Amino acid sequence: MNAPPVRRPFAGRLDFEHGQVELSHGSGGRAMAQLVEELFAAAFRNPWLDQRNDQACLDLPPGRIALTTDSYVVSPLFFPGGDIGSLAVHGTVNDLAMAGARPLHLSAGFILEAGFPLADLKRIVESMAGAARAAGVSIVTGDTKVVERGKGDGVFINTTGIGVIPEGVQLSGDRARPGDCILLSGTLGDHGVAVMSQRAGLEFETNLESDSAALHELVAVMIAAAPGLRCLRDPTRGGLAATLNELAAQSGVGMHLREAAIPVRPEVAAACELLGLDPLYVANEGKLIAVCPPEDVERVLAALRAHPLGAAAALIGTVREDPHYFVTMETVFGGNRLVDWLSGEQLPRIC
Amino acid sequence: MKYIDEFRDGATARGLARRIVQEARPDRRYHLMEFCGGHTHAIYRHGIPNLLPASVRMIHGPGCPVCVLPIGRLDQALDLAIRPEVILCSYGDMLRVPGSGGQSLLKARAAGADIRMIYSAADALMLAQRHPDREVVFFAIGFETTTPPTALIIQQAAQLDLPNFTVFCNHVLTPPAIVHLLAAPEARELEAVPIDGFLGPAHVSVVIGSEPYERFAHDYQRPVVIAGFEPLDVMQSILMLVCQLNEGRAEVENQYTRAVTREGNRKAQRLMAEVFEPRPVFEWRGLGPIPHSALQIREHYARFDAERRFPMTERTATEPRACLCGAILRGVKKPTDCKLFDTACTPETPLGACMVSSEGACAAYYRYGRYQEAA
Repeated sequence: MNAPPVRRPFAGRLDFEHGQVELSHGSGGRAMAQLVEELFAAAFRNPWLDQRNDQACLDLPPGRIALTTDSYVVSPLFFPGGDIGSLAVHGTVNDLAMAGARPLHLSAGFILEAGFPLADLKRIVESMAGAARAAGVSIVTGDTKVVERGKGDGVFINTTGIGVIPEGVQLSGDRARPGDCILLSGTLGDHGVAVMSQRAGLEFETNLESDSAALHELVAVMIAAAPGLRCLRDPTRGGLAATLNELAAQSGVGMHLREAAIPVRPEVAAACELLGLDPLYVANEGKLIAVCPPEDVERVLAALRAHPLGAAAALIGTVREDPHYFVTMETVFGGNRLVDWLSGEQLPRIC
Repeated sequence: MKYIDEFRDGATARGLARRIVQEARPDRRYHLMEFCGGHTHAIYRHGIPNLLPASVRMIHGPGCPVCVLPIGRLDQALDLAIRPEVILCSYGDMLRVPGSGGQSLLKARAAGADIRMIYSAADALMLAQRHPDREVVFFAIGFETTTPPTALIIQQAAQLDLPNFTVFCNHVLTPPAIVHLLAAPEARELEAVPIDGFLGPAHVSVVIGSEPYERFAHDYQRPVVIAGFEPLDVMQSILMLVCQLNEGRAEVENQYTRAVTREGNRKAQRLMAEVFEPRPVFEWRGLGPIPHSALQIREHYARFDAERRFPMTERTATEPRACLCGAILRGVKKPTDCKLFDTACTPETPLGACMVSSEGACAAYYRYGRYQEAA
C-alpha cells in the first residue's frame, strides 16, 4: 500500500446529499481534484489509483492480452437489478471473458451533465466499485468531463478493460463449424424488458430484474470442462438474433434453432407480446452463447448448469452449412422462419 | 403464457395442417389474401407458409396502416414536426418510415424536432396537459382498430377545452379497400383477380363486426373468414376458406368468435361516427386514390383538427418506377418478382410501401421468409 495521498486544501467536503455536478468539476482545477479525491478515488481505491498518476503502470501475468472498450448510455440510469455503474463493469468484463480472458483492470471515463445530482453520481460510482470488487477487477485509471446542461443525459460512462488469456485457450467468432452445437446460458430478454419497464411513457409493473452480471467465472468453468469450445459471445444489443447472425457471418456457416428450446421467462414473453417485440432481439447483460463441437455438448451443458449464472442453460440449435449464412428457426408452431438481423431500432407495432 | 400458448400449440397445428392437405385439391388454386398486416406478421413469424400444401398460397394484403400512408402525408407530418412550437407524437413503427428525400420522423428528431413515441392515444392527450405552452399534435394513423381511441381523446379534449391539442387524422377504412382490390379498373383489366378468398381482419372486425363484409362476399363471390391473430386462428381460418371454396360457397364466416360479433362494438362505432366523417377520397400508397376510404374530423370538432389549425401545404411524392408494391398488394406479383427487392429496397432502405414496416408484405418476407428462395 502506498503512502496516503497529500491532502489538498478543500474549503469543505462535497455535499453528496444536495450538491450537483458543476462545470468546474470537469475543468481541471480544485473542484475536479476534490471530486476525484472524495468520490472516485475513495470508491475505487487500489494501489494504481493511489499513485495519482495520469496512467496506470501494470505488470501483467504471461499470456495473450485481451483489450476491449465500451460506452454506456442507458436510460433510465437506475433499473431493477442494476444501474449504469454496475452495467459499465459487467459489460466490459464480459467482453473480455468472451475471449476466455481473465479480466484484470478497467479504466473508467465519465461524461457528466452539469446539474446532475451528486447523490445519484455517488450511488452509481459506489455500485461500479462494488461490481468491480465482486468481479475481482480494479479500476486503475479514469477521466472526468462535464458538459453543459442539456448536452448530455445525466451520465455517460466509458470503460476499457484489459485481461489475460490463459495458455491454450482459442476462442473466436470465426471458429463455428457445421455440426457444432449452439448453447445459451439462460433466459432471454430479462435485461431489455427490465429496463423498458422503467422507461418514461412505458412504465409497467414487473418483478423482473436485469440479468446484468459478470460472466468470467462461468466462462472459466466452461473452458475447464471443454477446452475444445469454439466461440463465446454475449447477446447484448440486438439480442440473440444479432449475435448469432454475427457469428454465422464470421464463421461462414448457417445456424438452425429450435424455438421450443430457447428459455424465455413468462413475464418477458408477456411484456414482449404486449409491446409487439420479439425476445430474440431484446438485450441481455448476463447471458452468453457458446458454440462447441457435438462431442463436448454434454460436458459444457453440465458445467453451465452447475453454476448459478448458467442454471437455465439450454442447447438451442446447431450449426450447418449454408452459403447465405442464414440463421433459421423451427418455430414452436412447427413452421420454419428466418431469424434476421434487427433492422433499425426495435419499435412497437401499432396493432 | 396463458391465453397465448393454447393458440400456438404445435401438435394442434400439425393436425390442422394435415386437414388442410386432405381438403385442398392439388388440381385447383387457393389464393387467399390476408388483408391485415397483423396476419402477415403472424404467418411469417410462426412459419405457417411451409405448413401449407403447394396449392394454397397466401397473398399479403394492404392492411398495414404504416405501409399504405402516402409519402405526401408523412411529409406534411414532418412539416408540422419541425415547427418550433409543436410536439408531434405518434406510434412507434411510424417513426422510421422514410418520407421524401429519405427524411423520417426519427431523423427529424435526431435533428432537433420534438417528436415523441407514444403507446396509446391517451398518452397524446396527457402530453398536451403536461405541456400547456406547446402545441401537441397527434399524428393519428391506423384502421378501425386505432380510430375509436382517437375519437375518444378528441371528445375528452373538447370536454377539457384543451387549446393546445390537435390531431393530424390519417385513419383509413378496411371495407372500401377490400372492395377496391376486387373492383378497381386495374383489377378488372387483369381479368381474373388472383384472389380466391379473404382472411378477414381480427381487431378491425372486433370494432366493425362481420356484417360489413357480407355484401362484397356476395357481390364478388369471394368467401371471407374473419380470423384471430394467433397462428392456430390463422390455420383454422385457412381450413375454413379451403372448405368454402371446395363447396362453392362465398360466405362470411367468423373463426374469431371469442372477440368478434356480427354487429361489432356499437359504442365504438357511435363514437367514430360522432367525431369523424368519410373523406371523399384518400390516397393509399401502392393502391392509389380510393373513394370514401378514410376519415376526417367533423366540423363540430374542427378546432382539434391539425389540418385546420396549421397551414398545410399539399405535398406530392412519386414512387420509384420499378416498384411493384401495387401489384404485390393486389396479389398479382410476389415480393421476389420485384427487381428492387433485396437489392435497392431493404428494411434499412425501404423504397416501396410493402417494405416500410415489419407488417408489410415485402418486409415480412425479407425478414422471415427469404431463406426459402435461396434454398
